[in-house]
Amino acid sequence: MKTRDFWDLGKGLAFTAPWIIGFSVFLAYPVLASLFYSFCDYSILQRPVFIGLGNYQKLIFDDVFWLSLTNTLYYALFSVPLGVVTSLSLALLLNLPIRGRAFFRAVFYLPSIGPVVASSMLWLWIFNGQFGVLNWVLRPVCEWFGTSPPAWLGDPAWAKPALILMSLWGVGNSMVIYLAGLQDVPKELYDSAAIDGANAWQRFWNITLPSISPVLYFNLLMGIIGALQVFTQVFVIAGGVGGNANPLEGSPSRSTLFYSIYLFSTAFYDLRMGYASALAWALFVIVAALTWLATKLAASRIHYSV
Amino acid sequence: MKARGVAHRPGAGLRFFVYACLGFGTLLFGFPLLWMLSTSLSPVEQTLSYPPRLLPLAHYASVDGQRLEVTLDAEVRPGHWAVTERSAGSKSADKDRRRAIVPAASVQTQIRPRWENYPLALGALGGTSIDELEGFVAPSTRLGADSEVGFLTFFANTVIVCVLGVIGTVLSNALVAYGFARLKWRGRDAFFALTLATLMIPYPVLMVPLFGVFQGLGWIGTLLPLWVPAFFGSAFNIFLMRQFFRTLPVELSEAARLDGASELRTFWQVILPLSRPVLAVAALFHFLHAWNDFLGPLLYLTRKHTFTLGLALQSYQTTHGGVQWHFLMAASTVTILPVLLLFFFAQKTFIQGVATTGSKG
Repeated sequence: MKTRDFWDLGKGLAFTAPWIIGFSVFLAYPVLASLFYSFCDYSILQRPVFIGLGNYQKLIFDDVFWLSLTNTLYYALFSVPLGVVTSLSLALLLNLPIRGRAFFRAVFYLPSIGPVVASSMLWLWIFNGQFGVLNWVLRPVCEWFGTSPPAWLGDPAWAKPALILMSLWGVGNSMVIYLAGLQDVPKELYDSAAIDGANAWQRFWNITLPSISPVLYFNLLMGIIGALQVFTQVFVIAGGVGGNANPLEGSPSRSTLFYSIYLFSTAFYDLRMGYASALAWALFVIVAALTWLATKLAASRIHYSV
Repeated sequence: MKARGVAHRPGAGLRFFVYACLGFGTLLFGFPLLWMLSTSLSPVEQTLSYPPRLLPLAHYASVDGQRLEVTLDAEVRPGHWAVTERSAGSKSADKDRRRAIVPAASVQTQIRPRWENYPLALGALGGTSIDELEGFVAPSTRLGADSEVGFLTFFANTVIVCVLGVIGTVLSNALVAYGFARLKWRGRDAFFALTLATLMIPYPVLMVPLFGVFQGLGWIGTLLPLWVPAFFGSAFNIFLMRQFFRTLPVELSEAARLDGASELRTFWQVILPLSRPVLAVAALFHFLHAWNDFLGPLLYLTRKHTFTLGLALQSYQTTHGGVQWHFLMAASTVTILPVLLLFFFAQKTFIQGVATTGSKG
């Protein structure tokens, strides 16, 4: 290596030094340690003991693991597509020549940036079965059908749908991303389509959707990854339902025992750090598999244009 | 669907439909926030009555010849209400209150937001009982360090984590991104690829060993794990800033070099001043992330005097929050307010930031 190269390398390493430390201490070491722990019997109080695939074998026969996975997939299966439809619809509306765009954009965007703890409190109150404002609106409608509105977060059958509805309140962020994508669609495409006599639906299906497909794909991936790791709102809501419920039990009746909640309680309440690490890697594999699947399905449909 | 740039404007019917949709959407997205504000300003008995009151009301009636604020307890016979004197308290000192049955026509009702809910809610957040706050019982002299803890402590903790984190984020990521964007060195591209790859790692994978790292450093129970890592860069911000630095002309650095400026000086005096937009985006989103973070404080903060606002709110809710909806909503409003203010002052940075983070993905 020439002196010049050596000097350049030194400069490069000097500038990236904070990240070299940060990368090693807060990323590389934890990843390797976590992988190692997942093959160990380990509570933070004692040294890890290597047990091979023991944790992963236990995982397969762990009913709570499957329950938490099912709950989480149920949530993701509904909240992600509904979120895409809601945020894309709002973005399409805002992309029309309308007055007050900045106002509407602010109203739709703001709920997505508020602290999740606070918005969870708010929805806990809105969904309150007895005095909540939602059931006040729904009660007359339900009575007309001869039934009564559900207790939402207090009812095992309705807690997850309630969480899914709540997640739709936070679609503002992806709406802004779609809006940026829509404004990048070349105007000429619409002009020539109009000349060809394409109707609104054809223009949407053949121009808008392909043009924003990279953005759509990005939001879809972020949505899946986010939904599988959802934690705070579930923790706050499960802890707030019915007074002093333990947030880690997924009340009511374990219907909101989500994957991250189970992982968190395994690691930090049961102190089964080895098993929790195996849970974390299982999640990683699931996320990676879904990402791969989404990429595979999307690959032929995404149009990257300049 | 007509996107921007379509030659003709939509017809009146379609325009009406679009505004109707937007109006309905505004109602669905905006109402919850207004409802939070309304509940936070309501007296407790209105939060526990059905049907819900959309506006905070106060009722006044004559009891024993005196004009008093009262609560309407029940309509004992048509046109007559049983009323109870309303003192500030929620449930205490019940026996001392005056009661009467008054004709409904003599009851005056007006809208009165109860701003006094706010100091009470913030006081309750620290664990002081409502009765103490409302002066029904003498402040208890509790022992231990936690007796002095209150809203201001939680607020200060959150601000410390946010501000130090923002400083760290801007400094460290800019420095590192400069190294990746504007210096040529052996192994640079491989290291950058590795950096991008770490974006795939879900946080739960890191959670357990990170806890071990912070425990080894003796940081559990302090605010350190929440802001010190910001001084060591983050893959996403490095990526974001690198993209920006690469768009700045190479000639700038060359001119500085010819003038005899060191690399650090070029970075500090030439590149950074030109990079305000991207620094603002990184700073803003880190502030938001730190302000809204719940899992971090939940993991690392063990004692009440180190709690952040969000954690204090959640802990209040699980310990005595049960039905104190007016207090919960007041505290939630206070937690959301800084974010709203930030949005109104930096709306452009927000929208551009979200747009760039999305399209770069």
